[in-house]
Amino acid sequence: MATPAAPVRASAAASQTTVLPRRERRGLVKFMRNRAAVFGAALVLLIVVMAVFAPWLSHYDPVQASFMTVRQAPSAAHWFGTDELGRDVLSRLLWGARASLLAGVVSVCIAVAIGVPLGLLAGYFGKLVDGAISRIADALLSIPFLILAIALAAFLGPSLTNAMAAIGISAMPRFVRLTRGQAITVKAEDYVEGARAIGLGHARIIVRYILPNVLPPIIVQASLTIATAIIAEASLSFLGLGQLPPSPSWGSMLNTAKDFVSQAPWMSIFPGIAIFLAVLGFNLLGDGLRDALDPRES
Amino acid sequence: MLRIIANRVLVAIPTLILVSMLIFGLQKLLPGDPVTAMAGEDQDPQLIASLRVKYHLDEPVPTQYALWVRDVVRGDLGASLRTDVPVTSLIAQKLPVTLQLAAMAMIFAIGIGIPAGVISAASRGGALDYGANVFALSGMSIPNFWLGIMLIFIVSVRWHLLPSSGYVSPTEDFWLSIKTMLMPAFVLGASLGAQLMRHTRSAMLSVLRTDYIRTARAKGLLRGTVVVKHAFRNALVPIVTVLALLFGELLAGAVLTEQVFTIPGFGKLIVDAVFNRDYAVVQGVVLVTALCFIVVNLCADVLYVLLNPRLRRS
Amino acid sequence: MRRMLIAAALALGAGAAMAQTGQTIRIGLQDDIGSLDPARSVQLVDRIVFASLCNALVDITPDQKIVPMLATSWTTSADGKTLTFKLRKGVKFQNDEPFNAAAVKANLDRDRTLQTSNRKSELASVDHVDVIDDYTVAIVLKQPDAALLATLTDRAGMMLAPKTLADPAGVAAHPVCSGPYKFVQRVQNDRVVLEKFAGYWDADKYPIQRVVFLPIPDSTVRLANLRSGSLDMLERLAPSDVASAKSDTNFRFAPVSGFGYYYVTFNIGNGKRSNAVLKDERVRQAFELAIDRDAINQVIGAGIFAPANQAVPKSSPYYNASLPMSHRDIAKAKALLKAAGHEHVDIEFTYPNNTVSSQIVQMMQAMVSEAGFNLKLRPTDYATELNAAHSGDFEAMYLGWSGRVDPDGNLHQFNTCSGNLNYAHYCNPEVDRLLDAARVKLTTAERKTDYEAASKLLADDDPIVYVYNQPWPFELSKKVQGFTPYPDGLVRLRGVSIKG
Repeated sequence: MATPAAPVRASAAASQTTVLPRRERRGLVKFMRNRAAVFGAALVLLIVVMAVFAPWLSHYDPVQASFMTVRQAPSAAHWFGTDELGRDVLSRLLWGARASLLAGVVSVCIAVAIGVPLGLLAGYFGKLVDGAISRIADALLSIPFLILAIALAAFLGPSLTNAMAAIGISAMPRFVRLTRGQAITVKAEDYVEGARAIGLGHARIIVRYILPNVLPPIIVQASLTIATAIIAEASLSFLGLGQLPPSPSWGSMLNTAKDFVSQAPWMSIFPGIAIFLAVLGFNLLGDGLRDALDPRES
Repeated sequence: MLRIIANRVLVAIPTLILVSMLIFGLQKLLPGDPVTAMAGEDQDPQLIASLRVKYHLDEPVPTQYALWVRDVVRGDLGASLRTDVPVTSLIAQKLPVTLQLAAMAMIFAIGIGIPAGVISAASRGGALDYGANVFALSGMSIPNFWLGIMLIFIVSVRWHLLPSSGYVSPTEDFWLSIKTMLMPAFVLGASLGAQLMRHTRSAMLSVLRTDYIRTARAKGLLRGTVVVKHAFRNALVPIVTVLALLFGELLAGAVLTEQVFTIPGFGKLIVDAVFNRDYAVVQGVVLVTALCFIVVNLCADVLYVLLNPRLRRS
Repeated sequence: MRRMLIAAALALGAGAAMAQTGQTIRIGLQDDIGSLDPARSVQLVDRIVFASLCNALVDITPDQKIVPMLATSWTTSADGKTLTFKLRKGVKFQNDEPFNAAAVKANLDRDRTLQTSNRKSELASVDHVDVIDDYTVAIVLKQPDAALLATLTDRAGMMLAPKTLADPAGVAAHPVCSGPYKFVQRVQNDRVVLEKFAGYWDADKYPIQRVVFLPIPDSTVRLANLRSGSLDMLERLAPSDVASAKSDTNFRFAPVSGFGYYYVTFNIGNGKRSNAVLKDERVRQAFELAIDRDAINQVIGAGIFAPANQAVPKSSPYYNASLPMSHRDIAKAKALLKAAGHEHVDIEFTYPNNTVSSQIVQMMQAMVSEAGFNLKLRPTDYATELNAAHSGDFEAMYLGWSGRVDPDGNLHQFNTCSGNLNYAHYCNPEVDRLLDAARVKLTTAERKTDYEAASKLLADDDPIVYVYNQPWPFELSKKVQGFTPYPDGLVRLRGVSIKG
């Protein structure tokens, strides 16, 4: 953890090739050797493909109701069956991947975009700034995550965008805490003191020295938080606070499906499996990244 | 040591105040008039007017906040706008329910998670470790409300083995109470058990690498004794602190589990209150939850210090 | 040995006797019960509890005739402004207080004056209440009110023990009425428990000893509980479960068509969101012609969502049989839209996001699109919907009304210019005149003429498109004997017993 950022950057600039610097290359090799991590990456890729290519992969309109084909069991025409309005479950699943993936990624982006700068400021400046920011983070953390998300989503009104904002804000304190802890550690390093000594401004130091060293654990945490965010979006939609019908989202599909569990169990089974695979993928990916980027792991 | 506790308590107070302001402000910003919801489908305009007066809804927000704080300090958390039941009785009625669910879930989590974590760490790198890790990750990745729905369908609707909903107090009928809570507790505990397993595994692993463990092995002690007597006891420290963190996850998970299994607990109370714009209940319950959280974390910190003699001296 | 056998036999006998007298009925409800104070209550499920807990002055029969309950007879003065009731003698409240005219006055005054009373507008026509003697009470009105008697069958006419009235929080926490079952316990979101009141004036007609109400909002779980034996009956079976319920011989499916209805209303004059499109009644008529109520009934309603074309239910003597039910006619709808000057129309459609409403709205969206309506769906939760309705934050809205016995309750507040449930802000002075007149007339025949004329005008103006009559589908275990469903959706336990 003591390798400073500056020298690595210098060597990267000097080599001027597309070859990765040694540390990153070591990480990548370690990652590829980890079968579980690769499996996770494959799952994530599958979900991304589902989301991006949904319009071309699905045979039916995910939104158009068809009252002649209501609640049909899986068959050759409808591989995953149809739902209570006659819509093809598989098509809705594919389009629902968009909502879930978007929810996961955007929420985490919001959390990172707010949390990391705040954490950097708190860790670097300390004292009053740290006190204020940490108290706010603690306050947010002492309300259970899902409850905060529910309250926020109810405040903003049910919609996918608002659910993403709610989840992002609820997840933000974790990044504040994480970044703050890392920033404090890095700040104590000699080269940072040296940079201060030669008169570099605060902003420059934070961006050039502290941030790059703080990034690896943030990336790991981000990947794991995407998994949490996907489940959170599904939970909010399940409660009626997220993506609203008729737009498909795995969580809202489960919300309707639970009323038909006896007559049409396929409506519940497949969206659940989809959520499971997406979350598993990101968890495995996050784990793999952590193992790859952590120099202590032997 | 006392200084640590005092310090933590002092820090907790502004946090609590911030939480109360946060949740109060959030409620006030909720779209929709709580009074409209209270007036039901009849929407009697006279009633709406008198309700606004009764709940001080036309006064400025800071005044409303001050009035609320004054009541809270006196022990009056208000009453449910929907049913007129005092919030304190609601909490008294429902907290034990969620605590029972949480306790049973913890039993599942600890019963599955810790042994799995220990075994996994002990057989590090082997097939058992790999399998257990996959199992744990799967447990963490399954959405617990989906697991609940599937279990209700299979166990209650198809096989008629366990009741699908409701709550029976243990004082009323102990075994029926356990039976009714079994599925929800399992659903809630599964995800927690998975996380606990991973934390136990990593805690055990870092302990097993230490010098005194190697000394113990070198001395010729049996592998089992080493693992259980020495390693595990020392791994307890981080495990206990993680349990405190998981308490928060428990409460969040309880929200969904109680919704799926129609359990009249704390979680369901909050969700229903938010949907019904029952702001008195939301404020009171979130405040109490935050308080519990802070207390639990405080206990965990104290426990951590107690268990770790090295910290005690500093 | 013999003594043991005798003891065992006695125990068994006592046990059997206990089983007979220890009859408990467990009823599954759709929503959690709100306030148990009749003056404050706003939900249907509260009234289901009140039906067993409390008595009102009068009650209704399944065919909507008003019959005595706590009042044995009543007369109206010639000018219609005084309603005099003769009260039943020998009735006690559940705390052994005697029931008399003073109690009636105390309750009615409370309903009218309590700060948070929800019954004020129901009793708006009441000027004051006079105690004539112990068993005669006179209600003096400001103007004649034909709907008052029907109102007194509901919460406004329910009588609580006068000694308990001083403490409003106490009333909700532990209501003391004069009904066949007294309050035992209430756990919010979990159950309400009632127990037989031995001193009830008609006690021997109520075999059941204990009533437990269990709110279970998830209809699948509710039905699962009934099937597994944890419930004896449930209300509001989901339409998607009707087919399997009908064919299940272990249970009895007992639906009844109710007074309530689900409807679509348009923002005609409520604030900024009203526009020229919605103000034109040809657009609204086109909308009505584009929906197929029978298809909704078949596909989603399992045959129990009886199509409705007016606010008054078919079973009511005020039903206008000559009003035609519109059937789907896309060509005519398109023609009307064109006459109004549009080929395509975009409308935002607000609705409550529960399963059944969601399905119906999406079906409607598909149906009306063929006529040129492009509906943008906006689901909300119930509280937000009510707020949006009030503040005019909607274009078209789909919602329900649980229905009242008297047609006035289904019409006046919705269609008069200043009616507080007139979310559309529709205003037709002729309709106002007819509905106001019908309120103060005293015979069914006179009122019927007014209501028929009003319903014709309303059908032309179409501020409200009625979709279907709210049914009350009860599902009971075969063990439950003697239950009759009433069109108000309430559970009356007179004569109901549990076999075995």
